[in-house]
Amino acid sequence: MRLVVDKIAGTRGGNVLFSDISVVLERGQGLIVTGPNGSGKSTLLRIVAGLMRPSAGVVSYEDDQGMVVEACHYLGALNAMKDQLTVRENLAFWAAHLSIENGRQTHGDDAESVRRSPETALEAVRLPHVIDTPFGYLSTGQKRRVAIARLLCVHRPVWLVDEPTSGLDKASEGLFADIAKSYLASGGIVVAATHVDLGLEGLQQLHIGEAP
Amino acid sequence: MKALLIRELKLSLRSGSGALTGLLFFLAVVAVIPFGVGPDLKLLARIGPAILWIGALLASLLGLDRLFQADREDGSLDLMLIGQDVLSVALLIFIKVLAHWVATVLPLVIAVPVLGLLMNMDGTNIAATALTLLIGTPAISFIGAAGAGIAVSLPRGGLLVSVLILPLVIPVLIFGVAATQDAASSTSGAPFLILSALTLFFAVLGPLAAALAVKGGE
Repeated sequence: MRLVVDKIAGTRGGNVLFSDISVVLERGQGLIVTGPNGSGKSTLLRIVAGLMRPSAGVVSYEDDQGMVVEACHYLGALNAMKDQLTVRENLAFWAAHLSIENGRQTHGDDAESVRRSPETALEAVRLPHVIDTPFGYLSTGQKRRVAIARLLCVHRPVWLVDEPTSGLDKASEGLFADIAKSYLASGGIVVAATHVDLGLEGLQQLHIGEAP
Repeated sequence: MKALLIRELKLSLRSGSGALTGLLFFLAVVAVIPFGVGPDLKLLARIGPAILWIGALLASLLGLDRLFQADREDGSLDLMLIGQDVLSVALLIFIKVLAHWVATVLPLVIAVPVLGLLMNMDGTNIAATALTLLIGTPAISFIGAAGAGIAVSLPRGGLLVSVLILPLVIPVLIFGVAATQDAASSTSGAPFLILSALTLFFAVLGPLAAALAVKGGE
């Protein structure tokens, strides 16, 4: 499994934000995207996720047979959870929805074995006690941690995270770093857009926008 | 797919959703008509099916343009679109519309027997109206989904969308009322078949158009 970003360019409202960006990420590798506000970090992530078309270049996910598979988790600025539903209902829905698409498993190898129940995913973000609380009653930081738990419910080979630690306290930032490290160690690929230090070492760095 | 259907139904039944707004609107429209028209029982019975159809049409359009808005605002829509081609998005939208129809339009059909009495309609007419609404209203929801898809990809599309889809739902209204009158006088059955065809036709075309609009808006 590898993620290939080939000479992509991104625009927003007709302005070119970045161009000619090429990255190749193999299993267990990660990329930290930094840059000032408005430099196009989120746009880059949305292009890699396939939510926007690049104005030039190609993004492809290749598995070992060279096939193109769409298999990423996307954690954007929004948490994608419903306030009216409980945390369990939210996570169970995404687990069911994201694991089976087009009527087949999108990731054939050991997918079932790494699928976690909402309970174990919440324990990983140390929030087991909120499982039956409606999502709307949680604090900002707790909401973010539940959104991070969503990444753990279903295994996908690539994580695209946009400011994953926004709203988190110091302890929870460390928690996210540990989760991301163990995911990388298990052969996952992480692309993170951030302006804070996530505490992840040994990843490729990409700075977009003007020089710091 | 089943998970999405259950989630949508739960969301529309929990507090904070507008599922009951349509029903209340329908009740209000039909209940005030007899006061406006006056105590002419024959006239009421004659226009009854048309009034019920117009009321149901407007009530089911209420809030339909916001079908995708909540999912866009909390980021769920992005997650649903990731890695999906237009056909699978169309299937997702079909499920969403189905859930919306069950939660907000089906109650209208169930309320028809009670409201029919207000319009001095006899049993045959009431049954015919309920049946044609049951068959015809899904077409309205599917057309509305296409409008909602356009609304979510435009910054302020709400009002524009109502204007856009109204001409498309007019045929459904015409054949719905025609089928009701036809059923009551038991003649050809052709309007009812056309009404069914409209629903089947828009069940395919509506979600597909909505999927193209939602995907293209990115």
